Amino acid sequence: MPLLEIRNVTRRFGALTAIDNITLAIEAGEFFTLLGPSGCGKTTLLRMIAGFDAPDAGSIWLDGRDLADKPPEQRPVHTVFQSYALFPHMSVASNVAFPLQMAKKPPAEIAAKVKQALEEVHLADKGASYPHELSGGQKQRVALARALVNRPRMLLLDEPLGALDAKLREQMEIELISLQRDVGITFVFVTHAQPEALALSHRIAVMRDGRVEQMDAPSRIYGFPANRFVADFIGNCNMLPATVVEANAHGLRLAAGALGEVAAPPAERARPGQAGVLAIRPEQVHIVAANAAQELKNHFAGRVRDFLYIGDVTTYVVELENGTRIEALLANSAPGRARFFEVDEPVKVAWRHDAGIFLVD
Amino acid sequence: MNKARWLWAPSLAVYAFLYVPLAIVVLFSFNDSRLSAEWVGFTLDWYRRLAADEAMLAAARNSLLIALTAALIATVLGTMAGIAMHRYRIRGLAFMVLTPVAMPEILLGVSLLVFFIQVLNLTLGLASVLVAHITFCIGFVAIVVRARLAGMDESIFEAARDLGATPWQSFRLVTLPLILPAVTAGALMSFTLSIDDFVITFFTAGVGVSTLPLQIFTMIKVAVTPEVNAVSTLLMLVTLSLIVLASRVAPDALKGRG
Amino acid sequence: MAVPRAERLTKWLIAGPPLAFLLAFFLLPSLIMALASLRYPGEFGGLAPLAARAGEESGLTLENYALFFGDWVYAQIFAKSLGIAALTTLACLVMAYPLAMLIARSPKRRRDFMVLLVILPFASNFLVRVYAWMIILGPMDLLFTRFAVIVGMVYVHLPFMILPLYTNLEKHDPDLLDAARDLGASAWHSFWRITFPLSLPGIFSGAALVFIPVLGMFAIPELLGGKDDWMVGNMIKEAFLGTRDWPFGSMLSLMLTLAVLAIAGAAALYARRGSLR
Repeated sequence: MPLLEIRNVTRRFGALTAIDNITLAIEAGEFFTLLGPSGCGKTTLLRMIAGFDAPDAGSIWLDGRDLADKPPEQRPVHTVFQSYALFPHMSVASNVAFPLQMAKKPPAEIAAKVKQALEEVHLADKGASYPHELSGGQKQRVALARALVNRPRMLLLDEPLGALDAKLREQMEIELISLQRDVGITFVFVTHAQPEALALSHRIAVMRDGRVEQMDAPSRIYGFPANRFVADFIGNCNMLPATVVEANAHGLRLAAGALGEVAAPPAERARPGQAGVLAIRPEQVHIVAANAAQELKNHFAGRVRDFLYIGDVTTYVVELENGTRIEALLANSAPGRARFFEVDEPVKVAWRHDAGIFLVD
Repeated sequence: MNKARWLWAPSLAVYAFLYVPLAIVVLFSFNDSRLSAEWVGFTLDWYRRLAADEAMLAAARNSLLIALTAALIATVLGTMAGIAMHRYRIRGLAFMVLTPVAMPEILLGVSLLVFFIQVLNLTLGLASVLVAHITFCIGFVAIVVRARLAGMDESIFEAARDLGATPWQSFRLVTLPLILPAVTAGALMSFTLSIDDFVITFFTAGVGVSTLPLQIFTMIKVAVTPEVNAVSTLLMLVTLSLIVLASRVAPDALKGRG
Repeated sequence: MAVPRAERLTKWLIAGPPLAFLLAFFLLPSLIMALASLRYPGEFGGLAPLAARAGEESGLTLENYALFFGDWVYAQIFAKSLGIAALTTLACLVMAYPLAMLIARSPKRRRDFMVLLVILPFASNFLVRVYAWMIILGPMDLLFTRFAVIVGMVYVHLPFMILPLYTNLEKHDPDLLDAARDLGASAWHSFWRITFPLSLPGIFSGAALVFIPVLGMFAIPELLGGKDDWMVGNMIKEAFLGTRDWPFGSMLSLMLTLAVLAIAGAAALYARRGSLR
């Protein structure tokens, strides 16, 4: 039985439908992420699980029981807030002890558990400090310790890494993964940052306008996006408008406008005559010099218009003969060189016949 | 920031304008002369007369009693009002809380006079003054408490509930400690306002009861002696220490006014 | 929150007591006074009974308002009060501005101290502050004059102009002035075209905090002014405690209330417009 079930939940704010009839289930021990742009409803859903908001229709079930009208303090679910929400007038140790005191645990037990919780987040020596004395990353960890100390059934995290700088964020991502694994508690994570979601989660639910567009493991969402929105939102994608010419179990033949005929992997919903896009990730696009040999089925000639160097990889923006622009990713294996190809250099781009995915939207 | 030197002269002039008259009052409370025109010699006579002035002592007792009670009740009601104004949208609440503060005092004094005598058939006295003082002090406390709440991270209160605290526990363990500086500042301000109030007290005190400001007014109008200077100086000392205390407890609270 | 019924109960538990108190001792008295302005004065002062009785003046009437609009004298006193309030506000503004600017530009610690110095004269009783000027102006033969009244009003209300003004000025971005100078503006121009317009919300707050109380004052004109300097407040006091014509006093209070509401409303409207910028 799943740990948390959201059954046909709808939430409206006046004319705006924030959550539109969502049904999903979260398994025990998962790191589950709600991913989507601002306004998609992910935080609203989180708050309903925590008990700070109630659905207009539908129900939320935890451990096989309807949470219904239960106030937040009676739910075995704790939240790590975006602003950390540490109590400024209490020390770190008192903050972490708070949920145990609310659960009326004996003082000896409280002291022991607080110590253990602080050790879990590597802040064992900060017990007597006050929140205003801590850095952002440390506050983050105190918030985590506080929410985990009495081992709730589920931990909700509302964009906790948003305020941290890039390096710190990466560090915290690794810590979060190992923390979740060690403690074994189900994490429900809310974010709009898709690299984060991909890195942390067992499963992701991609949300837009109150609905779940796709729910799957990160690699499947990345590799097989369900529609144009998901393909575009996760990572970068080239979108080539195309129409189906022929479709069978081995693959598709697409008419991609001025590019001519393109081969693509099979797609269930494809019918001859159907219009859509061929979505190709830049790393699937090979780029070689114009005169190099090319054996891949889909290949086209063009010129380099621009490039983006980020250190480990360079993205080339190639303009094909008919004006279409395609992005190709190339690893920079030669140190000191920003790029292999210069602007205006004639090149050839190509991809495998089973690369990319045909999407109808 | 550029330090415009020319600002110093007018600024110091304004400070002088504010303090010199008060200094004169204090100075002449020690003046050995009935006429506060020239300095004759140092004396504590006026203070001695003050200590023997029964009417003045009675008025002081009343002022103190009213101020303490008014501050207590107004602080409780004002804190509740401040929290309510911050958290809920109750139509009319802000209007009712803030208008007594914003309107000229004479209006509140006069309407309470009519209300007490005409409607309640109450003889004016300590009770009527007390009620009047509470009415305008509530607004001050509410303003200060609300300002403090507005400056805090809302999610702290949600976190308390999230971690298992009932609404009452959340209030007792998280909200109250955090607004305590504002509540204290509000209490001190209420006390000060009540002790110093003249206009509203003037209309609601009736014949039998006097407070320090009323006594001072009578003295100024009827028989001006440096005793007035003496009681003024003493009163100044009391409220001065209260204001300094309030500024230590909640430095932002006082700036939040207006 | 999740459980609406419990939350509603909490809401009324918290808001109820202060609301009830203010309803009883602020709103109700105000309404009663508004009603009183429509009644006849009682035989020995106070109010005549509401129920109409033969042979006595009773019931409702508009005669108080007729008196106000009929006799030029009352309008004159009202106009005089508005004038005194305006003059006081202007004087406060001129005196407060340099000091507020200085405080806003000072480093934080000194700033708090300077603000404290502005608030401290508040520690003295209002009457004491007036009395101080009686001592000073008496020997100068300036007592019981309009000048004395204005000085007294300004003295008592100056901090109310300084504080909102300083609060506003403190929030100004110092880069704005640097940008203005960089683009060629003189010191006067950067003040007049940048600092002053940005400070208007503060000016309006301060002006409201000075103008409105001054309008209703009676003690200062009574102690520092002469017969000529009577303001609305004096008339109201006289009506309630002197002639004991309560309906007339109530009518005057209502007129004062309307004037204050109009001004406060205008200030609030301006404040809202200003914040949209």
